[in-house]
Amino acid sequence: MDKPILQLTDIRKSFLAVRALKGVSFDLTAGEVHALLGENGAGKSTLIKVITGAHQPDTGAIQVNGNIVEKLTPASAHKLGIAAIYQQPALFPDLSVAENIALSLEPPKTFRRIRWNARHDQARQLLDRVGAKIDPDAEVRSLSMPEQQLVEIAKALGTGARILIMDEPTASLTHTEVQLLLGVVRDLRTQGVGIIYISHRLEEIFQIADRVTVLRDGESVGTNPVSKINEASLIKLMVGREVASIYPPSETQPRDVVVSLKNLGCASSGVRGVSFDVRAGEIFGLAGLVGAGRTELARILFGITPADGGEISLNGKAIQIHSPREAVEHGIAYVPEDRRRHGVILEMSIAANMTMAIHPQFFPGAWLRFGKEEAFAQTYIRDLQIKAFGPEAPGGSLSGGNQQKVALARWLATKPKVLILDEPTQGVDVGAKSEIHKIIRRLAAQGLAVIMISSDLPEILGMSDRIGVMRGGTVTGILDGKTADPHSVMAAALGQTEGINA
Amino acid sequence: MKKYFREISVAIALGILLLVMAIVAPGFYQPQPLLSLLTREAPTIVIACGMALVIIARQIDISVGSQFAVCSVCAGLLAAKGWPLPIVFLSSVFFGVLMGAVNGWLVAGLKLPSIVVTLATMVTLRQGLNMARQGEFVNLPDTVQWFGLSQVGGQWLLVTASVALLVVMAFAMKLLSAGRFVYAVGTDAEASRLSGIRPQLVTFSTFAFIGALTGLAAMMNIAQSPQVQPLSGTGLELKVIAAVVVGGVAISGGRGNLWGVFAGLLLLACVSPALTHLHVEAYWEKAIQGGIILLAVVTDGLRTRKQKT
Repeated sequence: MDKPILQLTDIRKSFLAVRALKGVSFDLTAGEVHALLGENGAGKSTLIKVITGAHQPDTGAIQVNGNIVEKLTPASAHKLGIAAIYQQPALFPDLSVAENIALSLEPPKTFRRIRWNARHDQARQLLDRVGAKIDPDAEVRSLSMPEQQLVEIAKALGTGARILIMDEPTASLTHTEVQLLLGVVRDLRTQGVGIIYISHRLEEIFQIADRVTVLRDGESVGTNPVSKINEASLIKLMVGREVASIYPPSETQPRDVVVSLKNLGCASSGVRGVSFDVRAGEIFGLAGLVGAGRTELARILFGITPADGGEISLNGKAIQIHSPREAVEHGIAYVPEDRRRHGVILEMSIAANMTMAIHPQFFPGAWLRFGKEEAFAQTYIRDLQIKAFGPEAPGGSLSGGNQQKVALARWLATKPKVLILDEPTQGVDVGAKSEIHKIIRRLAAQGLAVIMISSDLPEILGMSDRIGVMRGGTVTGILDGKTADPHSVMAAALGQTEGINA
Repeated sequence: MKKYFREISVAIALGILLLVMAIVAPGFYQPQPLLSLLTREAPTIVIACGMALVIIARQIDISVGSQFAVCSVCAGLLAAKGWPLPIVFLSSVFFGVLMGAVNGWLVAGLKLPSIVVTLATMVTLRQGLNMARQGEFVNLPDTVQWFGLSQVGGQWLLVTASVALLVVMAFAMKLLSAGRFVYAVGTDAEASRLSGIRPQLVTFSTFAFIGALTGLAAMMNIAQSPQVQPLSGTGLELKVIAAVVVGGVAISGGRGNLWGVFAGLLLLACVSPALTHLHVEAYWEKAIQGGIILLAVVTDGLRTRKQKT
């Protein structure tokens, strides 16, 4: 085999207490497509950021073209010919194609005349090289998504990229567009460019990649030639871990159907044809990879992006939800994913945060009553075991897990019938995580219908009574929580329904 | 205590200024000039109450000076026609609400940036007024001046009314749901929306409200002179915004209260008479006011930076 153009040895990287990479080794040779595969949070993004110089590894060696690179920064990575293109093209939509390409070619000197004619020709050559028939003068805004991807690739080549990282470049492309892009990737390979290819679409990996490395929990669990591996064994590598039995058991038998979705969709957020029921006392887990449409579905149910097709019924009655306010009135509560941004208002006190959604009921006549509010907050602080100095402490003074509990309290205060939780334990430490799990289970036992979105596979399997798996904006499978295992969930999430030996 | 650091420091600065004046130039404390000073500031106090709300909700309204002029002239014309004073009063407030509602609709309904919207309405209203009136003054009937009271009585009425309004507003912001919604929207509009608050309604209301207060302030202003001049209120927006910012309302929204605004307004208003009594040339007034504003903004900037790190 050729000498690798990129070699990473025993890369470790921690963020505070979280060990994102626990000694990953990886290499790439010229003219190779090396696929990188892993669940959400397996460490792919961190690894990419190490390679592009955005993160400095704590320990480990990086070699480019056989030379050890002491300190890789975004600027030096650029000089070494490392370029990355992402799922969403990062171009300037109001500039022309040639201008966009020129921006990355031009050395950063503020006052220097740009020779536009030369740049224009160069842009055309680069576009030809990726086989794109795009007018260099066209405004980027007017290009389709795959055309923009091609411009990104041309731009990367223009900087002399020998190592090209493609992070889910096909996620928003249609089938024919994908084939077009894969053709370009093949051409680049024959030109001797080394490509790190990240995708959740297994079929693409088998089409295009030479080797595939699977990451799991920040560790590399194996690099294999694609010819020597099949989809089933890849999935097994991705999920291959035991589900710890630390989750609180499901106690009650599910009761009546509370919320029922029929063929629900919303064109603007890419969700379509979603149908399922959730019963009182049930935890319905929503699994799927990033971008599968889970959060988008939650936002439809909560009226943030109202549905434009299908039906939502609550306790057997069809309802329309046009705004979060209406959702709240119908007894739907949503604890959003990004609690730092949309859950808890960090500048406000815990007590004010908890009563935020129940002002009309809690404060008749719109008069705030601080004594009542404080006592109310105290009960939730005790109930959910929130560690805080008191109800008057600002939300920002709490740890992630306790903020999540405050967000939860705000929604429990509305006495909802349906509780939607989006990544309820993301960024929460282990102790608080199991407390939150117990709370969720208790709430379900009290008769709530819980819809829980999670990218944490053990959490989904441990908590859910039933699991809906989403892919490409729709629910592709509903599994029984008792019999589901990591393989079946991951297979459904990847769109793989056959050939899995569970 | 730490929470109200800004308000307290402005109050202390005002206290020091007043103390220095008491020692160095006791002549500053003559009842009549002080009453006149407060009377002149009464319309500013009223509009500042509205501006504080708008800025706490993370918006800004720079059209208040023009709104003020339009309300003044319209009210003056109605009064000159012999309409009864209470009706003139309500009309002025109504015109204010109308103009505020237009701003509010453009900002909240069409989601346009408030600085641009109110810049446009500021220029449009001012130019419209100039064209309609050609610089002509409106002569008011005698009944309007001091609302028919004696001068001292009228002055007391204006000062008491404006301070009472500020006190009521300060408590309302603390004690009413609506007040908390304004803070919530100014801090994090998206989080507020997800909590079932309607941020657009809140934003619209603050603009309509500042319009109403501007109409009220216009009435307080025309009561002080026998004529209305169409250029009244020029630069008023800057004066009001300066008072609000010095008083500790964060221009980035979500923080501040009206007690601080009151202290800030008095601090800026006292600079000019204090200079007179200290025999410093009046040129220094604007420079010192500018310095106070700069100091306030720098303090805020340093504090938020410290919080972030």
